[in-house]
Amino acid sequence: MTGQTVTRAQLSEAVYQEVGLSRNESAELVESVLNQIADALAQGEMVKISSFGSFSVRSKSKRIGRNPKTGTEVPINPRRVLVFRASHVLKDQINGSLAKPRSGRTGGA
Amino acid sequence: MTKFELIERLAEMNPHLYQRDVERIVTAIFDEITSALARGDRVELRGFGAFSVKRRDARLGRNPRTGDSVRVDEKHIPFFKTGKQLRERLNTDG
Repeated sequence: MTGQTVTRAQLSEAVYQEVGLSRNESAELVESVLNQIADALAQGEMVKISSFGSFSVRSKSKRIGRNPKTGTEVPINPRRVLVFRASHVLKDQINGSLAKPRSGRTGGA
Repeated sequence: MTKFELIERLAEMNPHLYQRDVERIVTAIFDEITSALARGDRVELRGFGAFSVKRRDARLGRNPRTGDSVRVDEKHIPFFKTGKQLRERLNTDG
């Protein structure tokens, strides 16, 4: 683990390296991609990026929460939350995917 | 919206680009996020959200069908936290 943080700058750089666009235009395209995804989600549309994952919007109904410090009951209004589900391809990339067995039985090996 | 539809929408907005170039751009972006996560890096996109990797310790699970104990190895899972601006947008727009 290197523990670094990647930002828009590195994504723009990747776009710049990939196609012959200016750095400025590369940055604008990264922004457009994020905006298109955000627009679709704001409209309640699900966004599926194959071999990466899917973003969907889930509606939460009203519930009674509690301030953990004081114990007072606080109503939590109905709201919409974003859920990201990673694809298997992404999960496997993160776990090395080097034909690593997913799990083993106890007493086996 | 699928990845393909995203590419189509971007191609429409950028008539000076070939659709195949737009496809390479979109792929490059998601590949960059994937390789950052595979290195254990965090990807922070202000206003949109942040991708990170969380470790799940090895544990003893059970086969729900047979009840047998199954060893589950330590693994890393991708995690996404919605950015403040997008979270607010989801609760204001239509």
